[in-house]
Amino acid sequence: MSHTLKNRLVDFTAAFVILIAVFICLVPFLYILSESLSSNKAIISQAVTIYPIDFNLEAYKVVFGDAGMLYSLVYTVILTVVFVLLSLTVTILAAYPLTKKRLKGRNVLLLVMLFTMYFSGGLIPDYLNVKNLSLLNTPWALILPGMMSVYYMIILKSFFQSIPDSLEEAARLDGCNDLQILLKVVLPLSKPALATISLLYAVYRWNYFQDALFYITDEHLYTIQLKLYNVINISQQMSGENVNVNLPSEALKSASIMFGTVPILLVYPWLQKYFVSGIMIGAVKG
Amino acid sequence: MQAAKNSVALEKKDVVQEPVQKKKGLFYYIRMDFVLYLMLLIPVLYIVVFKYVPMYGIQIAFKDYNIFQGVSLSPWNDFATFKQIFSSPQFYQVVRNTLVLNGLDLIVGFPAPIILAILINELVWNKFKKISQTILYLPHFLSWVIIGGIVTQLLSPTGMFNSLLTHLGSESVPFLTNKYAWVATYSLVGVWQNAGWGTILYLAAMTGIDRQLYEAADSDGAGRFRKIWHITLPGIRPTIVILLILQIGNLMAINFDRPFNLQNNLVMDFGDVISTYVYRVGIQSANFSVGAAVGLFQSVICLIFLLSSNFITRKLGENGIW
Repeated sequence: MSHTLKNRLVDFTAAFVILIAVFICLVPFLYILSESLSSNKAIISQAVTIYPIDFNLEAYKVVFGDAGMLYSLVYTVILTVVFVLLSLTVTILAAYPLTKKRLKGRNVLLLVMLFTMYFSGGLIPDYLNVKNLSLLNTPWALILPGMMSVYYMIILKSFFQSIPDSLEEAARLDGCNDLQILLKVVLPLSKPALATISLLYAVYRWNYFQDALFYITDEHLYTIQLKLYNVINISQQMSGENVNVNLPSEALKSASIMFGTVPILLVYPWLQKYFVSGIMIGAVKG
Repeated sequence: MQAAKNSVALEKKDVVQEPVQKKKGLFYYIRMDFVLYLMLLIPVLYIVVFKYVPMYGIQIAFKDYNIFQGVSLSPWNDFATFKQIFSSPQFYQVVRNTLVLNGLDLIVGFPAPIILAILINELVWNKFKKISQTILYLPHFLSWVIIGGIVTQLLSPTGMFNSLLTHLGSESVPFLTNKYAWVATYSLVGVWQNAGWGTILYLAAMTGIDRQLYEAADSDGAGRFRKIWHITLPGIRPTIVILLILQIGNLMAINFDRPFNLQNNLVMDFGDVISTYVYRVGIQSANFSVGAAVGLFQSVICLIFLLSSNFITRKLGENGIW
């Protein structure tokens, strides 16, 4: 009897601790949400916690009324889609040939690629390279330098390797060449892996901030993250210099944060299982 | 003509030595797998242009780089840039900060997902398990710009934390403006962002543990804690070791987005790290040679760390990362 009682106790303790962790993950969002729906007066008087006070939509009216904000959002979506399509293509083009044991020079090429995972030029040589290629202040500066992740390429390569050789041999007997085998046999069988990698690339592009900060000064090419950074941090930069500037209110900052978060929140629950399975593919086989 | 003759001669010789397997030149293989090599052309071009060309650019760390002369033509400067950075107190400060912040991530951040994964694994209500995992993974999918914004709103003097503290009659805590409090905030925000996501690999490793071990332990009368200690933990040991080597190897590497979005002018003594320093000196002040030299220093130390932690792990009888 006492044994099962002890077991129950462990069950409840574990559940309780996890519940607290879940709570800690959620509270910041609830707070930002309620701030964004509260009046600025209520926020400054420290009355707002996890529910709105003086409920109003003023901050959202300002955010959605800011053409630049919506423009950045749409621009970043397009940028992300183009980035994912190109990245996926390049990653497949690297991963598939490198699974072929008969290919001469395969190991050397693999080594050449792996080396870049452990050693790189660094921020400045990267920057000068982008500059020399005349990519500064073009969307390509945010697409080309990060186009292929060697790590994801290896994940995809291990997935390709798990496809039985006999399928490819059958296709070859039917007269398919390597490109046709890739397109008609290997890729259709790799949909889960391709979905995972696309999502990883998409989240990377959507969230990555450093390259936009380094390479982009033209406001028309600001990604949503760079735009948000400016909204959130403008009060700190301005307050010393010019007191008369119209500072964004706390509510507006929170509404902007929500504006940048909601797209992820909307797609995330549906995509989560792909990420998880993808990371596991990488962990087990990579 | 001569080349053709040579290859014919080679072929003849090969025929004599190995009548079954002919040795051919590289050109022969390229023609055989023309399509595959053609596919590889784009990724290889990418790697060369965006990974190896910048490596060639590293030499500006040893030069007086001048935009008009470019990387190759700028004059060498006898390690003057390195002498300059090694005599600058700020350089040591950013190296120290990088090591301290990463070290804290290792001490505080590394065990967190292991503990969380064990707890999740012990959960018996499946629906609750799934929902809580989904929520715990969530912070990982937000950009550091967003997280920086959330942290500022939450922990500023007028934020929720300090409102609650003052309501409870305690003094407000300068989470973001006091240097020491900022360091703690930095590492705890890291745990918040990453702990849930970090559990994935451990949970995957746990599903790989043989069920029979648990059943055997049950029949021996082992309790929950004994099973965790003697079966679960040894079962995820290889995963722990690999992740530990990687994190120790990366003690000198630090990403840019996280410190940049969390730091502010008041905490730069502790918050300025190599990546943000290189950005300020190298790109904002256009001091390219200094930026490249600091970056090179970091890359080399990083490589040494990674190689030696892998070497030590293998010496200890564990599987390294290669």
